[in-house]
Amino acid sequence: MCAMTPRPRHEQGTGNGTAQGQAASGGSTGVAPPGQASGGSTGVAPPGQAERKAVLAAEEIRRALSRIAHEILERTHGGDQVVLLGIPTRGVPLARRLAARISSFEGAIVPVGSLDVTLHRDDLRLRPARALRRTEVPPDGIDGKTVVLVDDVLFSGRTIRAALDALNDLGRPRAVQLAVLVDRGHRELPIRADYVGKNLPTAHREVVRVLLEETDGEDSVLLGEQVAE
Amino acid sequence: MKRHLISAADLSREEAVLVLDTAAELASVAGRPIRKLPTLRGRTVVNLFYEDSTRTRTSFEAAAKRLSADVINFSAKGSSVAKGESLKDTALTLEAMGSDAIVIRHGASGAPHRLAGWVTGSVINAGDGTHEHPTQALLDAFTIRQRLGSGDQHGADQRGTALDGVRVTIVGDILHSRVARSNVLLLSTLGAEVALVAPPTLIPHAVSSWPCKVSYDLDAELGKSDVVMMLRVQHERMTAAYFPSIREYSRRYGLDAGRMALLPEHAIVMHPGPMNRGVEIAAEVADSPRSTIVAQVANGVTVRMAVLYLMLGGAGESL
Repeated sequence: MCAMTPRPRHEQGTGNGTAQGQAASGGSTGVAPPGQASGGSTGVAPPGQAERKAVLAAEEIRRALSRIAHEILERTHGGDQVVLLGIPTRGVPLARRLAARISSFEGAIVPVGSLDVTLHRDDLRLRPARALRRTEVPPDGIDGKTVVLVDDVLFSGRTIRAALDALNDLGRPRAVQLAVLVDRGHRELPIRADYVGKNLPTAHREVVRVLLEETDGEDSVLLGEQVAE
Repeated sequence: MKRHLISAADLSREEAVLVLDTAAELASVAGRPIRKLPTLRGRTVVNLFYEDSTRTRTSFEAAAKRLSADVINFSAKGSSVAKGESLKDTALTLEAMGSDAIVIRHGASGAPHRLAGWVTGSVINAGDGTHEHPTQALLDAFTIRQRLGSGDQHGADQRGTALDGVRVTIVGDILHSRVARSNVLLLSTLGAEVALVAPPTLIPHAVSSWPCKVSYDLDAELGKSDVVMMLRVQHERMTAAYFPSIREYSRRYGLDAGRMALLPEHAIVMHPGPMNRGVEIAAEVADSPRSTIVAQVANGVTVRMAVLYLMLGGAGESL
């Protein structure tokens, strides 16, 4: 394995049970009042837990996805030969939503799949082995198609590098594009997104957390400080 | 996972289900144009085999190679073992060459356990004497879940499920079988009800402490079995006369087409291999659609990939 710079925090902080708990206890749901969201001084966070503010509400996520769906149609000339591959966990429901919008806008049926990148990550040896998520390639495969990778947060770019490697083993797409709900900056690799829901300037120590109806019961993007361990 | 895998009893229910779920994901690799993952690049797995083996050694080798690990195959024949080198010295020599895991098969029960105390890497038991063979039990459990569980063949909807309530009957030479012991331990951990059927001479003395029931009448058990697992009669380990003749054994404890008809409609027939056709299993049974014998071999590779990934893929213990 290559020599690595000190590893950044996990790109999207997924699977962190405490983070979800905070979101609920902090009352920072998707419909936080404007003052609350901009002031960044919501409620009283429990000791040892950082507070989080909502930076994208449910309707903003909806609009961003609709715009991305239109952009995909525009850039791929009607969604012909497009395959959407979501990166688990939250990229998968996002890919499904994009596909549903694309078909409702223009009637094009876009195949959706999922691509687990765990086995291709460059930080495997820094943590205990992780459980694998599903990889599901649409029946027609990806050879010659335009694959749009879909993820919730773009951070260091390492997940996408792993995804490109994983894709390489599955076939040879004509082109690969990237759609993310949030681009929070701090790239460590020469990777950029083709479709961005929201560019979110963040500090390196901050945590961006995407909540989705399908996985978390609500739609919202939260920004907070990293919890000291 | 733990650092070592010596006994099927080392695995908790959660860990065993994690291995099965991981294997279910890795199974898709076998159907891809490129059957290779970079996950264990730069790691070395030593296959240390003191006993003959076809499927276990090649299965571990294929599993390690599909995960990009380097594999060193060592068989006691034609090595310094013939010159009198001890297990400890052989293992330390191999470890000094940079092995991260040792997969060991040995004729002496307990050899992997001793080995785990001497080396710093992981030890995986690939069969020790008449004691245990945990990866065989894992692949059997995986095959049972794949064939009898809900959901499709790829195990998509089987994630997280165990084998609760599945009735498994293990038939044959229990006394000399490491496969039987590991299966009893693992399948009961996963919630299955295990019954052993054998002539009284081929049942171990300590069986009363095992989490299973014992019967001497195969026909009575077949009707209430979801899975029947036939074991090979291990002539090479038999030091006394355990039954009058092969023919008599075959008539009372062999699975032929007539006996197979007693099984419920959905039941499957398993055999860990190598088979003695015509002794414990009739050829027409081994080749029937109910037989999972070929699937077991294919699943062996994916289950061993899962074990190697969980033991070597990360840093520290994953559970």
